[in-house]
Amino acid sequence: MAAAAVLRRHLTRNSATTSHLSPLLARTRGVSDSTDPITVETSVPFKSHIVDPPSRQTTTSSHELLTFFRDMSLMRRSEIAADSLYKAKLIRGFCHLYDGQEAVAVGMEAAITRADAIITAYRDHCAYLARGGDLVAAFAELMGRRDGCSRGKGGSMHFYKRDANFFGGHGIVGAQVPLGCGIAFAQRYRKEGTVTFDLYGDGAANQGQLFEALNMAALWKLPVILVCENNHYGMGTAEWKASKSPAYFKRGDYVPGLKVDGMDVLAVKQACKFAKEHALANGPIILEMDTYRYHGHSMSDPGSTYRTRDEIAGIRQERDPIERVRKLILAHDFATAQELKDMEKELRKQVDAAIAKAKESPMPDPSELFTNVYVNDCGLESFGVDRKVVRTVLP
Amino acid sequence: MLGAARRQLGSGPMLGQVLQRLRPAAATNAARGYSAAAKEMTVRDALNSALDEEMSADPSVFLMGEEVGEYQGAYKITKGLLDKYGPDRVLDTPITEAGFTGIGVGAAYQGLRPVVEFMTFNFSMQAIDHIINSAAKSNYMSAGQISVPIVFRGPNGAAAGVGAQHSQCYAAWYAHVPGLKVLTPYSAEDARGLLKAAIRDPDPVIFLENELLYGESFPVSAEVLDSSFCLPIGKAKIEREGKDVTITAFSKMVGYALQAAEILSKEGISAEVINLRSIRPLDRAAINASVRKTNRLVTVEEGFPQHGVGAEICMSVVEECFEYLDAPVERIAGADVPMPYAANIERMAVPQVDDIVRAAKRACYRAVPMAATA
Repeated sequence: MAAAAVLRRHLTRNSATTSHLSPLLARTRGVSDSTDPITVETSVPFKSHIVDPPSRQTTTSSHELLTFFRDMSLMRRSEIAADSLYKAKLIRGFCHLYDGQEAVAVGMEAAITRADAIITAYRDHCAYLARGGDLVAAFAELMGRRDGCSRGKGGSMHFYKRDANFFGGHGIVGAQVPLGCGIAFAQRYRKEGTVTFDLYGDGAANQGQLFEALNMAALWKLPVILVCENNHYGMGTAEWKASKSPAYFKRGDYVPGLKVDGMDVLAVKQACKFAKEHALANGPIILEMDTYRYHGHSMSDPGSTYRTRDEIAGIRQERDPIERVRKLILAHDFATAQELKDMEKELRKQVDAAIAKAKESPMPDPSELFTNVYVNDCGLESFGVDRKVVRTVLP
Repeated sequence: MLGAARRQLGSGPMLGQVLQRLRPAAATNAARGYSAAAKEMTVRDALNSALDEEMSADPSVFLMGEEVGEYQGAYKITKGLLDKYGPDRVLDTPITEAGFTGIGVGAAYQGLRPVVEFMTFNFSMQAIDHIINSAAKSNYMSAGQISVPIVFRGPNGAAAGVGAQHSQCYAAWYAHVPGLKVLTPYSAEDARGLLKAAIRDPDPVIFLENELLYGESFPVSAEVLDSSFCLPIGKAKIEREGKDVTITAFSKMVGYALQAAEILSKEGISAEVINLRSIRPLDRAAINASVRKTNRLVTVEEGFPQHGVGAEICMSVVEECFEYLDAPVERIAGADVPMPYAANIERMAVPQVDDIVRAAKRACYRAVPMAATA
């Protein structure tokens, strides 16, 4: 049961149910969940490459802003909790955290449907949640448990949600870019009228296979949107040290591009909406999301040997995506500061409850070592380390 | 039934030519162990007809690769298919293996059934990350959510005089990886049956053809010509029964092994020739059953010897039926050098029929003259 979904049910049009959220709320006028449209300008104008950019005026509503606040806060809380779990050695191996970048995942989701596809690299926990992924399944997967979204067989870098067209979760830098173009190929082949959002980082932006795939995407007019989540550091290497041209939205050359403030969820939503329409009509387009990760590249990277703490603190102060939305909500009086704080407290409880539930999930059964090697297993043999001791016929 | 086969043959542009290609049964037909069949088919036509029929039967099957469309295929395997199915289903790609292999795998994620051609498998190395990490492992990592019903096909191994970068055999490399299936057809029947099986299989399949076999003709029965014909994956074929020594081989080496068996039979050694057909999964049961019968084994492959297919077969036999071996397992493989160009040393770098004969005799403890220098 996704904590976000539970919360969403509380914040319905029926204000009576909002009082379930917190006893404090019952005494207030209730958080405004109106869907009446309001217009908000993006933080900065869009920069564009061989295309006319969309307008800076975005349409949103109280309901949507609160959804954004809640979803991003849930993601933020989850990633911070994952940090603690990793330090407690409950999560092993690699763990790449997304806190700071939430606006990209949330804004994108708001612009598209679940019939559209998303594929990303290994910083994938929040993409999974944004696609409707289950919070318990996410933590269980991180801890390698049976109830994980990949039944404990994938780990942090290999989250998938096929029924929501979320295709993972890929560990090889840049590999997901041609894969995403392939998904778009299938969408066009079947005339589905859907698109694929193909996410990669500034580090992956120089991969040759990206340009190979982009060339074919342009030749065949595939409905793919390449989204460069530019958090300015490819592991420990600053963008200006890795890329002769860090203007990633222009790197498509003959493919149009847009540069977007990735910390502004409304700008992200606007750009993704624009990009989807463009891709369906004209083929590929690149979106460069100017974003930032607070954590290091992964849990084994403190994140401070190649950038200053002042820089990190500065971004948190000036551009934090959740704070931006909080200010908007308060400015429009859609909720009080206390109500938002209570929401965050509630989310924290949801996350803690999900972790507790995930911890109860057992490790996979040893027989799982041999499942899913093939779809069509039947009768095929497989072997354990000592084949005189462990050999099996695949299920 | 034959009428149905004829109607099938009539449907494609290539297949009509098959009916004209009748040959008197050669001595080699007996050696191959086929029952009398009037029709013959080249491996090229077998592959083409298999692709045609599978594309006709399933609209989600499509082809991609360099020169597969307008050029009619670098080796004419895909001849006529662009005209028949159009550019949406037969895609000419730029020379960008990493890119188009990734696109093919992504299309398979989304449920299409791509058949990706590598002009030769040497070029698959440019795309090998997608074959292994994006295709082979996905079903496992996703606990069954993301399956990859893709076929990677193309010529593998040595051709003639093409030099070191165009001659490597990849059977051992790809068969190493759980999650892949690796098939190695020899005859036209193999080509048709295994390619159809590969396309219908929901898992990623590496389909290793051989350029020098494309033009070779083999007899095909009516059953083979039927559009529903399919061979099981993971089952070897006993091409020639024998009782003194087992010879395993795949792809072009099957032909050489059969020739060697013919020579050996004149010297009183009855060799059983196994056409592996499938390197992963390997038909260990068939190999071991044969060794239990003959007690001697020669493995033959074209590729580099170290960590090759023969090494795996030998270990399998040691594990399963060591007590049945009356002689050490013999291994014939390509020379442990990059493929040279000059014809004389190229000949030394690839197994020849006499090499197989010599190894079989060694396994039978027969006197063998020193190997002549080229």
